[in-house]
Amino acid sequence: MSKLNSKIPEGSLERKWTQYKSTVRLVNPANKRRIEILVIGSGLAGGAAAASLAEMGYSVKCFAFQDSPRRAHSIAAQGGINAAKNYANDGDSVYRLFYDTVKGGDYRAREANVYRLAEISNAIIDQCVAQGVPFAREYGGLLDNRSFGGVQVSRTFYARGQTGQQLLLGAYSSMARQIYKGNLKMYNRHEMVELVKIDGKARGIIARDLVTGKLERHFGHAVVLATGGYGNVFYLSTNAMGSNGTAIWKAYKQGAFFGNPCFTQIHPTCIPVSGDYQSKLTLMSESLRNDGRVWVPKGKADKRKAEEIPDEERDYYLERRYPAFGNLVPRDVASRAAKQVCDEGRGVGPSGLAVYLDFRDSIKRLGRHVIQERYGNLFEMYEKITGDDPYNTPMRIYPAVHYTMGGLWVDYNLMTTIPGLYALGECNFSDHGANRLGASALMQGLADGYFVIPYTIGDYLADEIRNPATATTHPAFEEAEAKVKERIEKLMNVKGNQTVEDLHKKLGKIMWDYCGMARNEEGLKKALGMIRELKKEFWSDVKIPGEINDYNNELDKAGRVADFIELGELMINDALMRRESCGGHFREESQTEEGEAKRDDENFSFVAAWEFAGDGSDPVLNKEPLTFDVVHPTQRSYK
Amino acid sequence: MPGVNTHMSFLEMLDVLNDRLVRDGKEPIAFDHDCREGICGMCSMFINGRAHGPLTGTTTCQLHMRFFNDGETVTIEPWRAAAFPVIKDLVVDRTGFEKIMQAGGYVSVNTGNAPDANSIPIEKAKSDEAFDAAACIGCGACVASCKNASAMLFLSAKVSQLALLPQGEPERRERVLNMVKTHDEAGFGNCTNTGACEAECPKGISITHIARLNREYLRASLTK
Repeated sequence: MSKLNSKIPEGSLERKWTQYKSTVRLVNPANKRRIEILVIGSGLAGGAAAASLAEMGYSVKCFAFQDSPRRAHSIAAQGGINAAKNYANDGDSVYRLFYDTVKGGDYRAREANVYRLAEISNAIIDQCVAQGVPFAREYGGLLDNRSFGGVQVSRTFYARGQTGQQLLLGAYSSMARQIYKGNLKMYNRHEMVELVKIDGKARGIIARDLVTGKLERHFGHAVVLATGGYGNVFYLSTNAMGSNGTAIWKAYKQGAFFGNPCFTQIHPTCIPVSGDYQSKLTLMSESLRNDGRVWVPKGKADKRKAEEIPDEERDYYLERRYPAFGNLVPRDVASRAAKQVCDEGRGVGPSGLAVYLDFRDSIKRLGRHVIQERYGNLFEMYEKITGDDPYNTPMRIYPAVHYTMGGLWVDYNLMTTIPGLYALGECNFSDHGANRLGASALMQGLADGYFVIPYTIGDYLADEIRNPATATTHPAFEEAEAKVKERIEKLMNVKGNQTVEDLHKKLGKIMWDYCGMARNEEGLKKALGMIRELKKEFWSDVKIPGEINDYNNELDKAGRVADFIELGELMINDALMRRESCGGHFREESQTEEGEAKRDDENFSFVAAWEFAGDGSDPVLNKEPLTFDVVHPTQRSYK
Repeated sequence: MPGVNTHMSFLEMLDVLNDRLVRDGKEPIAFDHDCREGICGMCSMFINGRAHGPLTGTTTCQLHMRFFNDGETVTIEPWRAAAFPVIKDLVVDRTGFEKIMQAGGYVSVNTGNAPDANSIPIEKAKSDEAFDAAACIGCGACVASCKNASAMLFLSAKVSQLALLPQGEPERRERVLNMVKTHDEAGFGNCTNTGACEAECPKGISITHIARLNREYLRASLTK
């Protein structure tokens, strides 16, 4: 029998969530005060959850590795947030948003979760506007919308190119209010380094104070992880420098199953790599594809300047191959198409690994001022980084790692396979299947934090009201802390020759070369061997300066990279197991004649939930079958 | 420092420097940074006597080495303000900003109580101006550049955003009084209108927001 119970409520798809909300168990206000909840991460999911749970009366602690919750990487999301408001009167509905998301995810997400997400989407916009989030408006004073990839309606709400910032500041302001009231305690510059379990339940964490290096114990009746994605496994990604997978990896090693780890989103429009000193990649928002046209020269190795290449010698390959969606095909499709033209030798720029994103025609059609109003800050950012002015010459872009659809396996309640441990936002696997649509990450983070967890956590905590807080002198805390201490000492005592960066770069290269945009059996097997070697190399040759009980960023990074190496191995195992292509997971052995991703529904219509089986043992695969009662999976077509 | 490339960002140059220090068995220079896209507000350093360096409207992470001369000596300092104590090297403690926000930088609306988003139409010009204020990234360049180490630009950006929007109306008076009081208690200095904050703000937040703050404060004080 499967160990997985997704706990999807009975009833028709449209009624499930409403019915669930009316019948789920509650915790009364007097009991809420006595219940402690730990929230790890302060981005859209964590921030929204921490604020909402504190408003409800729970006693909440929130942890962030930066110096303020406002710095979480949700802040960097540019383009927008989807909602099924149908303000544009273009035929949008909850059902369409649900359908587009399931299809966009290449039929590898749960119907019930996605429908709930679409249902909640409208309330998110209402909530954010009430907080004072300055979304873009039209002259009549009402909210404006634009389009994103993979859809044929305009349902994306935005705040210039800084939507993530404004939404995060909204959640942050709600947190600030609860901190002031004393319902929420914030632990900045703290990182969760271990999960504490008592009698099989999540009961707390060991946190490290990143200023003093000291370890701390914190009890919680429930622990909520909202730590974002693990794209930094690839070293270069659009993630922030500190974004890491440590918290979810600790949870995995304590028994939380990991869902679809290999599902990675490679975003098509990023500024190309320029040198080996490069520390991260910068995204150029998908919204640019509303007005920018993607092309490469028809001929190979064409070294002329973009402006000198006449129209008839340009290949607007997205418009040619996908006339129905044109430049706004989903991200996985656009990324693969860019890789294909570059592999053919038609890439542009010094490295040949770039394509053009050209605004010439829309500037001619709409005027420079309109383009400036829509994308001004993005154009400026591009110019600052590259030194080129995109008003006069096309942007050069190339795909880069951006988002991880995979994450901890959760049931409908967002609970992992460890009772009392929840995972929200990007760090769970739940809603985006094998490919996330643009402007859906913000939607999911806020849906999970504001509107899902406040209901679902009560169902678990209703049984906890008789359990007082456990003292952190409990042996489980002692043991967990001792384990962390031992590992840190081990790291510091390697005293090898390679820096953490050296080893992280090696990991990134293995992952990008063999588990990136295209994957195949032979390459993945090779990578598995390489990554196991790298793990040995890391633990025998890493060099970390400084002291344990001090501000020591190299030590912080070392702990994260050690976890990334193990997580990378799990991703490769998952990619190897999934002998089909779907969404962002492209197995070269499984493609259509036109080179599109070819699914194998007969054998792979399931969520892969990996179970830790001990260091040195192969992880165990559990399958959650995906059933589609409403949507009928077909070969995804954007032609 | 040899081997600096014109395409490197300023922080990448520091990465390379730190990498060399670590290889030589020395401790790297501690500095705050995270998104490296100019939006998280984490990076915070004084470069050649200016907050975030020589380029206007730019955070340190978006500053590239092509804006420096070959062989130039570059001086880097942490934010200097009594309210921002140094933690280590270039890392400072900006908890004062948190306290200001907690004292009123919000609309008191619990999750789940909001009316339909389009039920509150807002004049586009006002909404745009509120956005200009809301673009603040909370980096602290304004404080570091001010001879009084005042956080009035930071504080006014939030007060102004919420004063421009109907959602901010019910708490308008209490908000400004409480936030200014907390600002002073956190050890930030007074504003004497020198305008250094506006000149050095990487997001171009205008001191007209301080003017609005002053009006809000006056009005709130008179209607006690």
